[in-house]
Amino acid sequence: MEFSYNWDWSVLFCTVQDVKIGCVAPYFYWIVEGFGWTIAVASAAWVIAFSWGSIIGILRTLEDPIWLRIPVVKSPVNFNTSAIEADNGVVLINIAWFLHGFATIYVTIFRNIPLLVQMFLWYFVLPEVLSKEAGMWLKRELPLPEYWTSVVCLGLYTASRVGEAVRAGINSITQGQHYAAMAVGLTRVQVYRYVLLPVAYRIIVPPLTSDFLGIFKNSSLALTIGVLELTAMTRQIDEYSYQTFESFTAATVLYILVTAIVMFVMRIVEGRVSIPGMISLGAK
Amino acid sequence: MNKTDNTAPSTETTSGVGMIRMNDVSKWYGDFQVLINCTTKVDVGEVVVICGPSGSGKSTLIKVINGLEPFQEGEITFDGISVGDQATNLPKLRSRIGMVFQNFELFPHITIIDNINLAQLKVLGRDQDEATKRSMELLERVGLIDQMDKFPAQLSGGQQQRVAIARGLAMDPAAMLFDEPTSALDPEMINEVLDVMTELALEGMTMMVVTHEMGFARRVAHRVVFMDEGRIEEDCSKDEFFSGERGERAQEFLSKILTH
Repeated sequence: MEFSYNWDWSVLFCTVQDVKIGCVAPYFYWIVEGFGWTIAVASAAWVIAFSWGSIIGILRTLEDPIWLRIPVVKSPVNFNTSAIEADNGVVLINIAWFLHGFATIYVTIFRNIPLLVQMFLWYFVLPEVLSKEAGMWLKRELPLPEYWTSVVCLGLYTASRVGEAVRAGINSITQGQHYAAMAVGLTRVQVYRYVLLPVAYRIIVPPLTSDFLGIFKNSSLALTIGVLELTAMTRQIDEYSYQTFESFTAATVLYILVTAIVMFVMRIVEGRVSIPGMISLGAK
Repeated sequence: MNKTDNTAPSTETTSGVGMIRMNDVSKWYGDFQVLINCTTKVDVGEVVVICGPSGSGKSTLIKVINGLEPFQEGEITFDGISVGDQATNLPKLRSRIGMVFQNFELFPHITIIDNINLAQLKVLGRDQDEATKRSMELLERVGLIDQMDKFPAQLSGGQQQRVAIARGLAMDPAAMLFDEPTSALDPEMINEVLDVMTELALEGMTMMVVTHEMGFARRVAHRVVFMDEGRIEEDCSKDEFFSGERGERAQEFLSKILTH
């Protein structure tokens, strides 16, 4: 069978006469708009992924107990084995195991359910299982429901990956560094804030770069719930013009362009935060 | 640095009572007991050297004193404050005890001066000028003032360890703990660190030093604690320890490390 295809790159830039605004290039405009949505979904999702993922990662490194003081009205009751009865009607409860467990379960769930399934769960299932008002709000009142749903879904999914990177970064720091930070009198929060996290984030720049790239690529799944991002727009052009190769080439080039820029920027970041005198932090 | 500086935070301490007291301390890692009924004390201004074969629990003994490692039985007090008590503010307690580690453990991402400033700013609440002034005094003292803007990895091991000592001293501690401070150093760098420690000891700093440097012990220690298999086997004055009349295990250990 002979392969015959009518190449026509000009389709991407072809113009039509619009009664109101004059000469426009609809397909080109669709690509620009789709590209804009891709950037909007990915960058908003990254804000969630980075901040929430950092918290998840930190929680997963908690080992020492964190005592929460709970005042009790009557005689102290032992809630569980990790509770200690203290004086004057206060029960101390170790919440570290709870936070640690929560973060572990979170990662297990969000990392192991296919992203596409998660997208559907958030968009189609969640409004139905919530209370009637909340479901209605999600479907009717929330402005740009497809956009925000895809941002939350992509953000929470990527957070599980960022969390694992942060955990690995913190765990790669030697016990001696923990000791040294504690020995000068820093509190646990200060140990993380001034010693562990600054070093951990430097170590995990490469995996974070991967996750940042991944969020741009995964944002294409938002088309399944109706976000007209780059891939969706490309398919639309294909359906209108039958110029499959041209439209998908345009999308491919744009995805590569944006990820190349991310890689370039992250390389600069990596250089900026590198520690003088250290050949490789990871090898430490 | 003058002597009152060293003991400034603990003026209420009565001499002879013991800055550090350990009473019948036992510690387990799972089923393995690393410390077995350890009892000793360190008085104000006293220098105690802890030695013993590897795996004898020396490092663990020093790490339970400032609560870096928990212990299960017995009691430890530092300047009258119980280390094992749930209610004790451990970070505050630790800020009064300087600690120097085998692998220096400077914070790699900040400069030398910032390493010494960090806890002064965040724990003691000193302002930037005050902290920097104190840090520079200490860097001057350990002979590294010209390295203040470098990063830890740009310094030699001996230099890093001197910075680590300065970092501990910057908190104006009531005592200093040294965990094998020279074991990770090249031979030619050992003396520059021992010199700083000797000077400190002669100024009256309360010190507990885990080391194999018997020359240092002979020169500056008041007492020697010898550990073996988690037990304190010997706890006696320096002269008694080196007199050759101590127990079999101590003799064996001494003959091993002194004849090479």
